Amino acid sequence: MMPEPYRRKDLLSIRDLSPGEIMFLLDMTDSFREVNEREIKKVPSLRGKTVVNLFFEPSTRTRTSFEIAGKRLSADVINIAASVSAAKKGETLRDTARNIEAMATDVVVVRHSASGAPAYLAGELNCGVVNAGDGCHEHPTQALLDLYTIREHKKEFGGLRVSIVGDIARSRVARSNIIALSKLGAEVMICGPRTMLPAEAESLGARVTTRIEEAIEWSDVLMTLRIQLERGAGAAFPSAREYAATYGINRKRLQGAKPDLLIMHPGPINRGVELSPDVADGPFSVILEQVEYGVACRMGILYLLAGQYEEKGSSEPGGPEEGGPAETQPQSSEVRDAVAH
Amino acid sequence: MPLLIKGARVIDPAVDLDDVLDILIEEGRIARVANEISSDGAEVLDASGLIAGPGFIDMHVHLREPGEEYKEDIESGSRAAAAGGFTAIACMANTDPINDTSSITERIMKRTREAAACRIHPIGAVSEGLGGEHITEMADQKAAGCVAFSDDGLPAKTAQLLRSALEYAGMLGMPILDHAEDMSMSQGQVMNEGTISTALGLGANPTASEDICVFRDIRLAKLTGSPLHILHISSAGAVELVRQAKREGVPITCEATPHHFTLTDEAIAGFNSTAKMAPPLRSEADRQALLEGLKDGTIDAIASDHAPHYEAELQVEFDAVPFGIVGLETAVPLAMEILVHGGVLTLPEMIAKFTSGPAQILNLPGGTLKEGAPGDVTLLDPERVYEVTPERFESRGRNTPFAGRKLRGCAAATVVAGKIVMNQIAGDMVINTDVEISAGKV
Repeated sequence: MMPEPYRRKDLLSIRDLSPGEIMFLLDMTDSFREVNEREIKKVPSLRGKTVVNLFFEPSTRTRTSFEIAGKRLSADVINIAASVSAAKKGETLRDTARNIEAMATDVVVVRHSASGAPAYLAGELNCGVVNAGDGCHEHPTQALLDLYTIREHKKEFGGLRVSIVGDIARSRVARSNIIALSKLGAEVMICGPRTMLPAEAESLGARVTTRIEEAIEWSDVLMTLRIQLERGAGAAFPSAREYAATYGINRKRLQGAKPDLLIMHPGPINRGVELSPDVADGPFSVILEQVEYGVACRMGILYLLAGQYEEKGSSEPGGPEEGGPAETQPQSSEVRDAVAH
Repeated sequence: MPLLIKGARVIDPAVDLDDVLDILIEEGRIARVANEISSDGAEVLDASGLIAGPGFIDMHVHLREPGEEYKEDIESGSRAAAAGGFTAIACMANTDPINDTSSITERIMKRTREAAACRIHPIGAVSEGLGGEHITEMADQKAAGCVAFSDDGLPAKTAQLLRSALEYAGMLGMPILDHAEDMSMSQGQVMNEGTISTALGLGANPTASEDICVFRDIRLAKLTGSPLHILHISSAGAVELVRQAKREGVPITCEATPHHFTLTDEAIAGFNSTAKMAPPLRSEADRQALLEGLKDGTIDAIASDHAPHYEAELQVEFDAVPFGIVGLETAVPLAMEILVHGGVLTLPEMIAKFTSGPAQILNLPGGTLKEGAPGDVTLLDPERVYEVTPERFESRGRNTPFAGRKLRGCAAATVVAGKIVMNQIAGDMVINTDVEISAGKV
């Protein structure tokens, strides 16, 4: 599958992307990963650029990852913890974002509890918008870092079997991953209690099961999702105790697994619920690699959306170009220069 | 001065009339409908090539006055009604303050006399403050001018409340209009449950939510023997429940909106919040069931559920966008395009859904061109193409998923009590609000 240069203003959903664009973003991640391994983890690529993390939902991991990514590229990174309830009282989402843009912001990274909020903003703003998770819709950068992690271990996506376990209906991570993996030729199975599977679940393009044993035996990769304990038990699951007993991944359950199974989790883990501690820290787990690659992945995306990527042979930075894909490898001299500093 | 409407194809479904005739209106009432009426001393409106029906009635409108005049008021809303071909509208109680007492009803009647371009019939709340606990002073509200009771926006909260309301309103000869959704399933959900909601990750309710509430309502109409009307029916299951109930003789009626019989939840793809309503746009199978229900008479009326909103309140994320769209100026064109030109209903059948249908449900004296009936006439141009242009709406609301659509067939003129309140037969639309509108039933 040939990478295809990413020319969009925004990154809003995996559904929008072609397989070639996804491959391109994975290759970008590769380019920036090396920066994070240096002693001086900083390059001047986005010096003078401003990145605003506009988070309407609490987040530590994703916000920090974007912040570190921006800072390692020398961008000025501002964090705004906004609140949906405050927005309801006065300023509209549109006005909030337009004010931020008026301060000559180059990229706005948006996390919002409402599905579609980043897409709405992208239509209203001229600067780049990154969806850092919207409601139960998508979390595209999480899917990209997950894919990158899988590729590091499994090399190819064609025919790979990936199952996703947990609250699929309310998971933006699940949606983005199902779509991304399907686009790259992997087979996807979703697994959880009926109350956690979306309506018309098969329409997402995945196999569906409520049996955890089936998912474990079938899989090359097992992605577990965080159970939203803070939303309270009752409607979607009876209790954390029962979820752990019926869907929690532990050593015993993994006896039927393939020997080279990968276990992933987008964090933060409820230890003893989705994963037993020995599995979370065990040999199958690549959870900390996911976090590590997340920074490189987001560096690549900020770099692209801030308009710094110049295709080989193109005179305008980030401008469209007619050249064939063979000439537009992301490890172009331009990116190499950017990271070489 | 008497008004003589000459040469239209006159269709009055209430009396099975369909012929090229003249209509004479004197002292605000239909005087004669006949061949070649003499024009002596009358203002003449040449309507050759047009369809003349009884004045159209939109029985489900949110006028926002009192309290939310920045969204709409009685003047702008009634102008939108006249522009869309309606001679009478019924306005819902969820204003601020809520129309749950006769003083609010009286205020609406007074403002109608002062500022309206068409007749306005208030609908009182079923429960005080729409709180779902205590029924309102229905006899007093009726005396002030209410024609029905509804907690629209919300269903009658409990079965016991609805039972009491039906018994009490039924005693007064008044219908209850119910927004039928089981709120334990629908509260906080923003669209129909299905493949689109799953792809977008938006909160959704299944058609079962509506079916369950319609079943409850039917059982209570049967128990009490009092008339109950289901507002904006949207699911195939609910249509079938009403069909069966009618067969059993239960006093139940229902309405469909143009958006539910035109669009499906596909319209929301891409987070298009102009297609956000409650109940939500459903599947194509549900839409087909609405067309079938309109055809076989299960659905008695077409109503717009006109719900104007303020621009700034729409510039927000999908979840925060308020439910509903404006409909007064698009209802007739959509009914012409989808139902008449689409081959679902004949012209007389379509006209009945806007005239005799709602008039019977609300016990209004209009809905027919019989001698002595209110002098209200809607003239239709079945071929004129109407392009939906929100900037040109008379309504203050611009929220519509139909912007840019070209629809064949629309109102050409609107006559209320023998006065021409809207006329675009010759070209650009002229609206005349300098007409004394007598509020209430005449």
